Amino acid sequence: MSTQTDISIRHFALVGTPNSGKTALFNALTGSRQKVANYPGVTVERKAGILQTPSGHNVHLIDLPGTYSLRGRSPDEEITRDVVLGRLTSETAPDLLLCIADATNLRVALRLVIELKRVGRRLMLVLNMIDIARRRGIEIDLDRLSAELAVPVVTSTAVRRGGTEELLRRMDEMAAGGLGPSGENTWEPPTAGELRAAQREADRIIAIAVGRPARPDTISARVDAVLLHPIAGLCILLCILFVMFQAVFAWAKPVMDLISSGFDALGLAVHDVLPTGLLQSFIQNGVIAGVGSVIVFLPQILILFLFILLLEDLGYMGRAAFLMDRIMGGAGLHGRAFIPLLSSFACAIPGIMATRVIDNRRDRLTTILVAPLMTCSARIPVYTLIISAFVPATYLWGWVSLQGLVMFALYAAGIASALGVSFIAKHVFLRENYTPPFMLELPAYKLPSMRSVAIGLYTRAKMFLVRAGTTIFSMMVLIWFVASFPRPPEGAEGPAINFSLAAMIGDALQPVLAPVGFNWQISVALIPGMAAREVAVAALGTVYAIEGGKEAAEQIGQTLAGNWSLATALAMLVWYIFAPQCASTLAVIRRETGSWRWMAITFGYMLALAYLAAFATYRVAVALGGG
Amino acid sequence: MRKVVNMTDPAQPTATCVRLGQAHRGFCGRINAIHVHENAHGLAAPEIESRLLELGFVEGAEIKVLHEGPIGRDPIAVRINDTTIALRRREAMAILVTSSN
Repeated sequence: MSTQTDISIRHFALVGTPNSGKTALFNALTGSRQKVANYPGVTVERKAGILQTPSGHNVHLIDLPGTYSLRGRSPDEEITRDVVLGRLTSETAPDLLLCIADATNLRVALRLVIELKRVGRRLMLVLNMIDIARRRGIEIDLDRLSAELAVPVVTSTAVRRGGTEELLRRMDEMAAGGLGPSGENTWEPPTAGELRAAQREADRIIAIAVGRPARPDTISARVDAVLLHPIAGLCILLCILFVMFQAVFAWAKPVMDLISSGFDALGLAVHDVLPTGLLQSFIQNGVIAGVGSVIVFLPQILILFLFILLLEDLGYMGRAAFLMDRIMGGAGLHGRAFIPLLSSFACAIPGIMATRVIDNRRDRLTTILVAPLMTCSARIPVYTLIISAFVPATYLWGWVSLQGLVMFALYAAGIASALGVSFIAKHVFLRENYTPPFMLELPAYKLPSMRSVAIGLYTRAKMFLVRAGTTIFSMMVLIWFVASFPRPPEGAEGPAINFSLAAMIGDALQPVLAPVGFNWQISVALIPGMAAREVAVAALGTVYAIEGGKEAAEQIGQTLAGNWSLATALAMLVWYIFAPQCASTLAVIRRETGSWRWMAITFGYMLALAYLAAFATYRVAVALGGG
Repeated sequence: MRKVVNMTDPAQPTATCVRLGQAHRGFCGRINAIHVHENAHGLAAPEIESRLLELGFVEGAEIKVLHEGPIGRDPIAVRINDTTIALRRREAMAILVTSSN
């Protein structure tokens, strides 16, 4: 290497098996100087960052998806294979592969090293979590290991300060060009026989270079005796899920209220400062309300991902999937789908973002598809408004509240339809030729690194604001536009929305919605209700020309009770179980699946379900005398 | 290190050799053979075999069934040398093991 290349950027790539502590190491090396995006054309996350070695070499580090082999069994693993082999045109081929191994569990990692050697790139083995290995009495002869593998070996502890010093020093040497040119690529997908041979070779090297511990990992085994217990384990999992649900639902509420009222106050302040007119309405109801509707999701997303990152780093996620595999599997869902679906009871947006914990693309899509059917908190204002206006506050058998029973039925209908849709999706639409086998490593428990969790939260929040936020914001502005244009003529009577595009669309939809019992006021209110489900309540107030918006909920209820038939009210409730009445959810589905197609499919099937169910409800209610 | 086994018909369990998919909690033994039946899985048999091998299920490895799932005792968690792997009984049927207890 010439001195000229010393100022250029080196490209290093982190490769390793799942649970090798690769991401923690990546976080330790790059800190907040990392960028998370997607690889072009696929939903696989691309994590890259810049770091500087002690003597000033700039290194571009890429964290490749975890894999056991380069065979590329999933889109994630194909990315790893293609980057390692230098086949991906959008990515610079790495100058050095850093193969990360869990020092306490070398068998599978060494087999991967043996496979990676055939690629012909410069390679270094990093024994991560070396502190745990030493504490457990695992003695690794680094020189022997390096000699047997013919690969340089270095140790690191990602979660400790200074735990990466030795690694950085060796990376420095590599960056300075200490290792000569890379060799020829002789890699081919290994056959079963070659995998066996490589594993035997790895086992042979371990027998020579690694002293088996006197004390195996008894802590994880003892903890698992409780956490994986068929009864106690499930109870603990339910408790964890309950706390998580409470946190996403209740803890986030005060902050979300604060954010909403903050943006409302800001909007009012702008309202007072600016002259009455279009600009005032645009800034207050378009821009400020639009930004507010993005920021308001942040508390839920942060709390949910805090739990997910902690459970993942602790090593609990695999255990939870183990316990839930059969329970979720019956409905065609992956064992890991329960966290996204549970979170969707609070809000589908963090729920859909949380489907990232599901590796398999088909399982992930199914979960995304059904997540909006879970009764989210935005439906509650609509449900309570209509239930309190139409369902009598009586008690069945003296103790079962009829109103509560209807609420419960709405939740149950949401869950049942989600299970039904995932079942149909699995068996009819998304049927690939196989059910992916459930095989995963249950790593040893370890304490999460707070720094790594903080970096994870930061990147999630940034990604949500930049990627989903921009789409949500533009949808909000669009909905404002539709509800505000054209302006009412001079001296016109009635609320301004009645003269807008929204009213025209509502009028146009009216004949279509009449069979399900919706009058034109409902049809019009459904358009701004696309901003968020609860907005429909305020919109109904506006359409019925009730002053005071949300605060006047009781008054709206009375108006509705006077204007709607029971059949219409029931049809409206059923409509809200299914209808894709949330532009933000659709925007996030678009971002997370990377395609308009899946957004359109979700919108279409939910709309169809909503229409059919509302139609059936209305007709049955009318036939029974509720018209 | 590896135990010499009777390799006449690795597909069939014998008196001393059982399928991991039928083993109960506490079972200890060594892997005798990996033999995936075609059509027993959605994936092609060589693919299942490769995936099992990649997780460390090779002939001769020590094995212990640590945990069973809450419904139908499925999936199972298996200790293989120093790693713990969770897998469904359906896939574990491909692993033939010799009991050591």
